[in-house]
Formats: sequence, structure tokens, C-alpha cells
Amino acid sequence: MRFKLLTMFAAALFLSACASNSDNNADGSNDGSSATTGTTDQSSSVSSSSIQGPQPGTLEHLVVNVGDRVFFGYDQSDLQAEGQKTTEALAVWMNSYPAVTLTVEGHADERGTREYNLALGERRANSVRDYLVALGVNPNRVQVVSYGKERPAVLGSTEEAWAQNRRAVFVVN
Amino acid sequence: MLIKATRGLLIAAVSVLGMAIGSFSAQAEINVNITEGFVEPLPVAVADFNGGQPEEQLIGRDIAEVISANLERTGLFKPIDDKAFIQDQNSLQVGVRFGDWRLINAQALVTGSARVQGDGKVRVEFRLWDVYAENMMTGFSYTSTRTNWRRIAHRISDAIYKRLTGEQGYFDTRVVYVSETGPQNRRQRRLAIMDQDGFNHKFLTNGRFDVFTPRFSPTSQEITYLSFEGNVPKVKLLDLQTGREETLGNFKGMSFAPRFSPDGNSVVMSLADRGNTEIYTMDLRTRKFSRLTNHPAIDTSPSYSPDGSKVVFNSDRGGSQQLYVMDVNGGNVKRISFNKGRYATPVWSPRGDLIAFTRLSGRKFYIGVMKPDGSGERMLAEGYHAEGPTWSPNGRVLSYYKQGKSDSRGKVKSKVYTVDLSGYNEREVVTPLDGVDPAWSPLLQ
Repeated sequence: MRFKLLTMFAAALFLSACASNSDNNADGSNDGSSATTGTTDQSSSVSSSSIQGPQPGTLEHLVVNVGDRVFFGYDQSDLQAEGQKTTEALAVWMNSYPAVTLTVEGHADERGTREYNLALGERRANSVRDYLVALGVNPNRVQVVSYGKERPAVLGSTEEAWAQNRRAVFVVN
Repeated sequence: MLIKATRGLLIAAVSVLGMAIGSFSAQAEINVNITEGFVEPLPVAVADFNGGQPEEQLIGRDIAEVISANLERTGLFKPIDDKAFIQDQNSLQVGVRFGDWRLINAQALVTGSARVQGDGKVRVEFRLWDVYAENMMTGFSYTSTRTNWRRIAHRISDAIYKRLTGEQGYFDTRVVYVSETGPQNRRQRRLAIMDQDGFNHKFLTNGRFDVFTPRFSPTSQEITYLSFEGNVPKVKLLDLQTGREETLGNFKGMSFAPRFSPDGNSVVMSLADRGNTEIYTMDLRTRKFSRLTNHPAIDTSPSYSPDGSKVVFNSDRGGSQQLYVMDVNGGNVKRISFNKGRYATPVWSPRGDLIAFTRLSGRKFYIGVMKPDGSGERMLAEGYHAEGPTWSPNGRVLSYYKQGKSDSRGKVKSKVYTVDLSGYNEREVVTPLDGVDPAWSPLLQ
């Protein structure tokens, strides 16, 4: 099953497989990757070509392969279509690295009040968590926290900045 | 994690002893009506308090200056420039020449003296005179340490305010707030405390972690606030006298939006768990939590009525952020905000007659008030961003913060303001850096 999921996600498979050749997974997420290592070893001449890219199972790896955030509408906490896709990819990625645990940080734009935005951010982060759990990720692997409007990713008081700041961000623990 | 300066904040230990001077007419000729809208400020003369030794003269002058500034800031009084005074300070000690004060149009006159006693303490007397009725309206003497002269000046200001308006003053109070500096994405935030007039400013935290929404205990020198220390938002309790700090509640999730109950025995707050924010109270004696709301919507920003029987709070259970009132056990929930826009941060007036709030409507933020049944709504202040009202202990003045737009590099300005309940006399409270989330203390005693 895990292997099937991985083929859905070819880039991640390739990167994780190759990188785990050169690297003993520092995160200890060796379950899935050791299986794929075996496969790629059979075509060793290919996999020995230079590998650039982050170490599998790390936040950098997640950013490159899945992305590390989803966005929300104004005063909304439901995942939009794009956010659902990203979360589905995140679930696949998490299943590839079963030792990885995640914190989902919820955030809001500056056009709200402090306390309500903390609650709203928490609800957004939980939208991601709930969907991950529905996709089969162990709930114990996903924590949530909210920083409300206090940690903007994009500066300025523009519609574009606010849209980028209404977000949930995945952080590998 | 608190910086050492906290330990210098002993307030209860520095007492100001006050005593009434002589007998004075109980019937005021002058009476400033502060229940109507705009009032023409009453001209008052505050003479330098008389001193013998140079140090006493200095204290006397400084005290008069603080009183004058306090009265001026209310918008209800207009202190007369002392260059216009005809009768000098020394002859005032012999007797007030009321005609001299009428000539410069003073309605009320404040005189006084400052004397350093044998024990090193300072004794300050003041008298408030009705210039037209030619009588003394009130008078008190105060004794305290010399370094405490500002508090004496605030106590005198409160006595004058009370005699002239018929209501309790609010000058012998402090404000705790969050001092801010730096761009949006690296904003350093520190808890800070100052006298109501901005003096005696001190930082309480070191800025290594974010802090928000400090609130005073109504009964003790304690504040409760939100801290991001450890990267999880948690409600903290800080004793201003000892500097002792603790996290309220030992649970996994986030807690925020704390406020004391009127008796000071519990803190009401929000706990967020699995996408659902609910309101709980924590009894500070038993450390037990009890849950007040039970709804899948966001329920936050709770504030007790001063009699402790009800809680006003913020919920989006009707689809958008609105204000609701419930019984203190969580029952009998009623929505009270119905106008256009979203409503937030409700705070019950210490008098019980009004609820202040933040309103988001159109592209603006407003600070407003309404009666507890939702009627009589009016806006007192507005801005690109205005948020988080707090009441002066007499329920007469609101303080809040305003924030401007930030530029593409995250440069932003936030400032603390006050406004009279009439909606007039909006003033910036001058702070060393930027400021947000002011909270007014009760009257010190």
C-alpha cells in the first residue's frame, strides 16, 4: 500500500529513494525508504548520479515536494480545493516517513481582533489535522497551535499580503 | 523569565495617608456635569504648592504640575497658565484674595503646601476653593515618602475630581500594556507598566517571547496575560509585588483571553481544543476549571459583569463574530449585538451600565459602547485598526490601541489612546515605544 501511494507521487519517490541511498535517514524514518532503497539499488548506475535536494523526511524536503502551507478565505477555516490537494499530498508524504511528527500552525490576517484570530487560527490548523486523520494519518503524529495574527508571513497591509497570511503552515518536529 | 525590575514595583508598601482638613461646605457651588456630551472645560487655577526649603519648593511645584496635567487630560477642566496669576504663592498662605482669581476667570482654585518632616517623610496639604462662592470646597493632608510624591499628586487630583464632578477619580491608577517595537514580522513585545499619566514606566518581561492582553486583578497586585513562551500560547499569572509568575492550568492545548472575576478569585479564559474554542473559569484557590460554553463555534473574549452574575463574550455561533451575554453558570445565552459588521472584545463597565467593544465594519475598526441588553449603541473612536477597550475604574474613560497600515517592509505604528465616554477628548498616551493592549488598574489604595 505504501508503495502504491508513493508511485502516485513520483518526484517524492525518486528523491527519497535516491537520497536514502547516500544517507542513513537521520530522522529514523527508515521503514518505507529502506524498501524503496532496495528497488533503486538494482539500477545502481542511475541512482549514483548526483543528487541535489533536501534530506527526505525533513521540512526542506516537505517544502520542495508538497509545500508547507495551505491558504484560507477571509474568516474561513474550511480547506479550499487547492488546500485539500496539498493536504492529500502531505498525507502521502507523512505515510512515507512514519517517524515524522508534525505541528500545524494556524494563522490569520491582521484584519481581525487578537483573541478571535487565535481561535480562528486554531480552527484552521485543525482543518488540516482533521483531513490528515481522515486520510489515515495517526492523530498522535499531528499537533496544532495557533499564533493568530501575530506572525505574518507576508508584510504589508494589502489584500495580497492578507491572503498569504490566512494560512496553516506545516512544521516538521 | 521576568526581568529584575519587577521587584521594584511594591505598591501596597508605599502608603499615602490622607486626612481631611478643617470643615468645608458640603454644598458645591461648582458642579461639572459629566453625564452630558461635550462640556465646556471649567477654568481652574492650580497654584504651586508652597514649600520652605528648596526641596520642598521643588516637590510643591512638581505636585501642582501633575495635578494640572491630570485635570487638563480629562477634557473637563482647563488649567489657567500660571503666568496669568495675580496673587503669588506666599501671600496665598495668608489668605486667598478671591477677587484676584475671579479677574483671571478661575472658577476653582487649588492651593497647597509641602513640608519634609523630621522623619524624612513629606506632608502635603491641599485645599480646593470655590472662587465665586469664596469658600473651601474640600481639603486633605497626605503623608508619605518623598519619592512617592507623584502618588500624592494623583490622590489630590482624585479628591478634586470627586468634589467637582461627584464621581470617583481615576488618577491614582496604573496601566499595564504591551510595548512593541520593530517590523511586523520581528516585532519585539514586552509587558510594561506605567502610571496612568505615562510616568514611572517599567518593563516586566524581556522581549524574548511574545506577550499579549494583560489584565489587572480587581483586588490584588496581580495581572493575568497571554504568553507565547515555549511557542504555545498560555495564560499566565504574574504577581507584581513578588515578580512570581505561573502558568494557569496544566493542559496540552492553548489557553488565551484571560480576565479576572470581579472578586479576584477566578480567571475566565478560552481553551482551544481540536478546532473548538470554549470558555472556562479557573478558581484560583482550588485550581479547578469549570466549563461555561458548549458549542462547536468559537467562544472567546469573556468578561464578567461587575456583580459577577453574568459574562459577556464573543462568538461566531450565529455565523459571524457577535456579542452574547450568558449567566455565570453558562445558561441563558442571549445575543446582544445586531448592527452591521462584526463585534469583538466585549468588556463590561465597572459601573455595570455599559459594555465596551471593538466593531469591524466596512474597512474600519471602531471602539464603541452599548447597554448590556444591546440597546443604545454608539461609537467613540475609529481607525484603520482600533481594538481592545479597557475601562478607567470609574467607568468614565476608555483606553484602547490603534494600529496603522504597515508598509511592504513591515514598518508599522501602534499607539495607546484614551477617549472620554462622551466620545470627545481622544488622546494618545505617550509611551517610550509603540503600545497595544492597555489594561487599566483599579484605584490603588
